[in-house]
Amino acid sequence: MLRPLTSHIREDRRPLSLKEYEKLGGYEAVRKVFKSMTPQAVQQLVKDSNLRGRGGAGFSTGLKWSFVPLDAPQPKYLICNADEMEPGTFKDRLLLESAPHQLIEGMILAAFAIQADTSYVFLRWAYKDAAKAIIHAIHEASDAGYLGDNILGTDFSLHMHLHTGVGRYICGEETALLNSLEGKRATPRSKPPFPQVSGLFGKPTIVNNVETLSCLPHIVNYGADWFQKLSRTGDAGTKIYGVSGKVKRPGLWELPMGVTLRELLEDYAGGMWDGHTFRGALPGGASTDFLVEQHLDVKMDYGSVAAAGSRLGTGTVIVLDDKTSVVGFVKNLIHFFAQESCGFCTPCREGLPWIEKILHALENERGQRGDLKILEQHTRLLGPGNTFCALAPGAMEPLQSALKYFRKDFEQYIAAYATPCRSGLMNR
Amino acid sequence: MLTKEEQHEIDEAIRIVPYKQAACIEALKIVQEHRRWISDESLADIAQYMEMSTAALDSVATFYNLIFRKPVGRHVILLCDSISCYVLGYEKLSAYIKQNLKIEYGGTSSDGRFTLLPNPCLGTCDHGPALMIDNDLYRDVTVEQLDNIFNKYE
Ligand SMILES: Cc1cc2nc3c(=O)[nH]c(=O)nc-3n(C[C@H](O)[C@H](O)[C@H](O)COP(=O)(O)O)c2cc1C
Ligand code: SF4
Ligand code: FES
Repeated sequence: MLRPLTSHIREDRRPLSLKEYEKLGGYEAVRKVFKSMTPQAVQQLVKDSNLRGRGGAGFSTGLKWSFVPLDAPQPKYLICNADEMEPGTFKDRLLLESAPHQLIEGMILAAFAIQADTSYVFLRWAYKDAAKAIIHAIHEASDAGYLGDNILGTDFSLHMHLHTGVGRYICGEETALLNSLEGKRATPRSKPPFPQVSGLFGKPTIVNNVETLSCLPHIVNYGADWFQKLSRTGDAGTKIYGVSGKVKRPGLWELPMGVTLRELLEDYAGGMWDGHTFRGALPGGASTDFLVEQHLDVKMDYGSVAAAGSRLGTGTVIVLDDKTSVVGFVKNLIHFFAQESCGFCTPCREGLPWIEKILHALENERGQRGDLKILEQHTRLLGPGNTFCALAPGAMEPLQSALKYFRKDFEQYIAAYATPCRSGLMNR
Repeated sequence: MLTKEEQHEIDEAIRIVPYKQAACIEALKIVQEHRRWISDESLADIAQYMEMSTAALDSVATFYNLIFRKPVGRHVILLCDSISCYVLGYEKLSAYIKQNLKIEYGGTSSDGRFTLLPNPCLGTCDHGPALMIDNDLYRDVTVEQLDNIFNKYE
């Protein structure tokens, strides 16, 4: 089984030095592109490879790049989204800490494809080892002439900087990230204009996820067909999957795109702890809908998970077991989203704390008749199209699916059916 | 007044952005690194240096979880309270810490040694429950280990 992104990562996770990376063929893709490819050709290659963004939304990477006006005057920006704060998600950390040169090489390729001359890695504060690895690798790459002015004697220049965030989940949303890089509060921006046209400091900008960028050297080296064939399904490449929760061997594995949820949980994560049974799982981080028993054979690719009513998201699975309270589980998620809401739009700012209050009451067996109806109304009021960014709709995904699959778990806490309902909203 | 060292570090951050104000988060981080938290005085100093109003800078400072606008202890405990660590029982850790250091979330122990803060997912969910103290990450933490961990910090 091919594991292009991680097979060179050491057991102890120490990053490879530049020399070690070069010995394994590192930076060959950069040389190849500079020697024989135009930016348009790189874009076409990546489009043909069918690479889809690994940050959660799964948008075609080549297509996204093609909206950048190549002839716009410099500066243009390429940004690596390394803010990884989605609860239950820990995949980018591995690539950042252990394979920094692979990421930098991918960033050079992406920057070349959109003709950007400046790039930032937006790294979350908590990843201290990653920060050290990236700074060191940027220095090494600059000294070796892979970064800076006139890279490898060409007329292409790229300057790369590390920015570490100061903690807000919303910074991961790409337009909020841009505001944060500009020294502002990280509230999302309205689109259009899209960042590809007017992004950081009003200039054309591409934001890509760490894992997305790390795929690029391999696509350039081995081709679009090869990349497609890594996968078992229509969605190309490998995927770094993860599992956390009460499983015997939680962890991360780079596997062909499209392994089933069952394989992940049983063959890789080793099954549930003794005495615990599987009830459900969020397939790709906190903002995805639950999958349950009947979905165990769903292929973990974008299309199949969507057909099962959820999203692949980040591909890091969070497992719910029978000894964990469903209401407590969902409340924990909603608490996170309520706390991390940027507060810009009303449904999200006001709705999430309301939901949290109701779940708190339910958890303490003080639920009231009508509570579930209010929760259901919120899943619509905070759903797609009613809020300024995808945070609130994302927050509704685990809630709406929990209400669907685990309704009894909620109902059992509504003891006093006779008490008056909580709000007039009920009657709408 | 910002120290020479602080000014020098902030100048470095300004160098890589197109205009001064874009580096204001960096400036807050740098000063907090030196002074542990951002007092009103520090805020005013930074604002003046960045040619911003204190109100504008404060609106940025108060947005971010890890810019401290209140004094913190010599060490900050960031306890992951997100979903995987919830499933794995972080609440036992928080109960023990609160009881033993006699603090609530946001509080500082009376000897000024520790401030306890809940923190979203630390990105090490396969090894929860997890916490950080200053720059150090602890994984697979059990209640039994906590005293030993805390003893490493003066
Ligand atoms: C609330 C919110 C948080 C997000 N956090 C992240 C993140 O931490 N890392 C990431 O790569 N993408 C995150 N995204 C997705 C980004 O907005 C964007 O789609 C992604 O970085 C694009 O890269 P890709 O096309 O390579 O996936 C987040 C989106 C939302 C709405
Ligand atoms: S949905 Fe929430 S996070 Fe997104 S802009 Fe509105 S308030 Fe901010
Ligand atoms: S949920 Fe605690 S580290 Fe991710």
